[in-house]
Amino acid sequence: MTPHRATLLGIAPTLLIIGVLMVVPMIIMAAYSLMEASSFGGVLPHFSAEAYIKLLFDRDLDDSLAFDPSYMIILWRSLRIAGLATLITLCVGFPVAYFIATRPPEQRTLLIFLITIPFWTNLLIRTYSWVLILRDTGLINTVLQAGGLTDQPVKLLYTEGAILFGLVYTYAPFMVLPLYTSLEKLDFRLVEAARDLYCGPWGALRHVVLPLVKPGLVAGSILVFVPCLGAFVAPDLLGGGKELMISTLIQLQFTSSRNWPFGAALALVLLALVMLTLTVSAVRQARATAEGGH
Amino acid sequence: MPQAVEIIDVVKKYGSFTALHNVTLDIRPNEFFTLLGPSGCGKTTLLRIIAGFEDITGGTLKLFGNDITALPPDRRPINTVFQHYSLFPHMTVAENVAFGLRRLKMPDAEITRRVAEMLEMIKLSSHAGRRPHQLSGGQQQRVALARALAPRPKVLLLDEPLSALDLKLRQAMRMELKTLQQQTGVTFIFVTHDQEEALAMSDRIAVLSEGRVQQIDAPQVIYEHPATRFVADFIGDANFLTAGVEQLEDGRAHCALPGGYRLIARDAGAARPGQRVSLFLRPEKLSVHDGPVEDGIGMTVRTIVYQGDATDYVVELDGGITLRSRCENRINGDPILTAGERGFLRIAPDAAKTLLD
Repeated sequence: MTPHRATLLGIAPTLLIIGVLMVVPMIIMAAYSLMEASSFGGVLPHFSAEAYIKLLFDRDLDDSLAFDPSYMIILWRSLRIAGLATLITLCVGFPVAYFIATRPPEQRTLLIFLITIPFWTNLLIRTYSWVLILRDTGLINTVLQAGGLTDQPVKLLYTEGAILFGLVYTYAPFMVLPLYTSLEKLDFRLVEAARDLYCGPWGALRHVVLPLVKPGLVAGSILVFVPCLGAFVAPDLLGGGKELMISTLIQLQFTSSRNWPFGAALALVLLALVMLTLTVSAVRQARATAEGGH
Repeated sequence: MPQAVEIIDVVKKYGSFTALHNVTLDIRPNEFFTLLGPSGCGKTTLLRIIAGFEDITGGTLKLFGNDITALPPDRRPINTVFQHYSLFPHMTVAENVAFGLRRLKMPDAEITRRVAEMLEMIKLSSHAGRRPHQLSGGQQQRVALARALAPRPKVLLLDEPLSALDLKLRQAMRMELKTLQQQTGVTFIFVTHDQEEALAMSDRIAVLSEGRVQQIDAPQVIYEHPATRFVADFIGDANFLTAGVEQLEDGRAHCALPGGYRLIARDAGAARPGQRVSLFLRPEKLSVHDGPVEDGIGMTVRTIVYQGDATDYVVELDGGITLRSRCENRINGDPILTAGERGFLRIAPDAAKTLLD
C-alpha cells in the first residue's frame, strides 16, 4: 500500500462522518429551502425562492410584497439574548474560573469535576425544575409571599429574564472550562509585577490578566454564544413561546405551521450567523498570532 | 535625614511557623544593601514584605520616615526586579518599560522620553519593538531592570536577579548593577544566597538565618569579623577549632588547643579564662611551606585540591588537628607539597578569631 493510499484510508472514517452526517443533510436542507411548501408538510419539487422572500416581506392578497420586520425582530431578539447571555456568563464564569485556578492543584481537579455535575441530569429535566421554581406558585414566589415581601406573585416565568437565566444556567460550564484552562496557565507572578508597577487589583486584571487569558475568553464566549443563539429548551420552556427566539420559530415551521422550506431557510440563516461568528473570531485570532503575540 | 527603609520589630508567621522573628534593621539612603542567607532564611519574605506582597504579623515598616505598613504594593514608591523577571509577555520591550509610567498617568511625551532614556541605559534601544520571548536571558534581565527603574522608585528591590544567568554573564552583571546603583543614586535592596555576589556588590550586608538577623555590616567586616559561628561558616571558607581560654590580654585570648598547641586569638569579647570557645581561621591565612619557617608547625599534607589561581591543602598537624589552608600557586603552577609529604604550616598573626556559640 502506498503511503498516499494509507493516508486516504486513515482519514476515510472522518470523511464518511462529515460527508454523510453533515454535508449531505445540509445539501438536503438547502434544497428544501428552495422548494415549494406542501400544505401538509414536506415539499413539492418545484423551485421557489418564497422561503427567503418570506424572511423580509409579507405577501398581500393581491400578491404585492410589503416589508415585514417580524421575522427580523425574532432574529434580532435571538442575537441580543444570546449576546446578553454570553456577557452574563462571562461575568459569572470568570470569578469562578479564577477562583478554581488559584486553588492548590489537588483541589482544582475536584472543583472542575463539580462544575461538570449538572451534565449528569437531562437538560429538559433541569430546565423544567426551573419552571417549578420560577412559576407563580413556585418556590420563590411562595417564599416571597410567606415572608410578606409581596402580596401578588412576582412574574418570573415566561419572561425574557427567565430565558436569560436559563441560558446562563445551562451554558455557564462552557464558559468556565476554557477560561479555567487559560487561567491555569497564567503566571500569577505577573499579577504581582503589575501590582508592583502601580496597578490596583482591577488594573492588574485589565492590563495583565484579561489580555493574557484572551484565548480562553474568546473560546468560552463562542462556546456559549453559538448554542445560545440556537437554544431551544430554555426559550421554549422558560420563555413560554411568547417571545419567540429563532429556534422555536424553526420548530414551528416543521410542526404546526407546516412550512418546511421556510424552516430550512431559517435554519440556514442561523447556520450563516454561527459561521460568521466563528470566521470573525478565527480571522482576529490569526491576525493576533501574526503580530507575534501568544 | 531619615533612613530609606526602617524595618522595626517585624514578625511574620505562617500558621505556627515563624518566618521572621522580630527583625529590626535600617537601610540607608543611596545604599546598596544586601539580604544574604541560605534558602528558607526569610530573606525573600522580608523583600516581599517591603514590596507589599505579604502582610506582616507584627511590627512597622517605614519608607523615608513615612509609615507604609498598611499600604498595598501599588501605593508604595518601590519597584521590584523579580527573580524570573516576570516581563509581560503580551507587551513589547518598550511597553513593558512604559507600564509603570502609564499607570502613574504621566504625560505621553514624558513616557516616550523616559522609555527611550531607559532603553539607552540598558543598551537595548534597537530591541524596543521586540517581545520578551525574543530576548536572551541577559537581555530580559536588563529589561526587567529598566522597567523597575523607569518610575524612579525611592527603593529598588532585587530578588536574586542574577541566579538564572550563566557564570560569565552573572559576573558582568554584578559590575553593571553596582555601577547602575551609583549612577542612579537609588537605594538598592538585593536578595541573594550567593555570598560572593553579596561581598562584591554591597555597601552593607545583613546575614539572615532562620528568620533572624545574624549580623549587619560592611562586607569586609562580615568576612573578617563574623559575629556568629553561622556567619563565619556561611561566608567564605573557614576552619573551626575548639579551644580552652587560658588568659586574656588586650582583647586577645591565649588559647590551648588539643595536642599541646597554643594560639592567640583576637576578638576575645566576653570570653573568660577557663571557658571553652570556638576559634575560627580563614584558610588563606594559613600557609604551607616545604622547609622550616618562623613559627612553623610540623604537619603532613593529606589532600590537595587544585583551584587554578590557588591550591587548597588539607593538612594534619603532628598533634592530630586537621586544618585547611589555601595558598596562591607558584609561577609554574606546581603545588608546594603533594599529598603525603611532610612540611610546615604557618598561621598568620591575628588569623584566629574567638567565636562565642
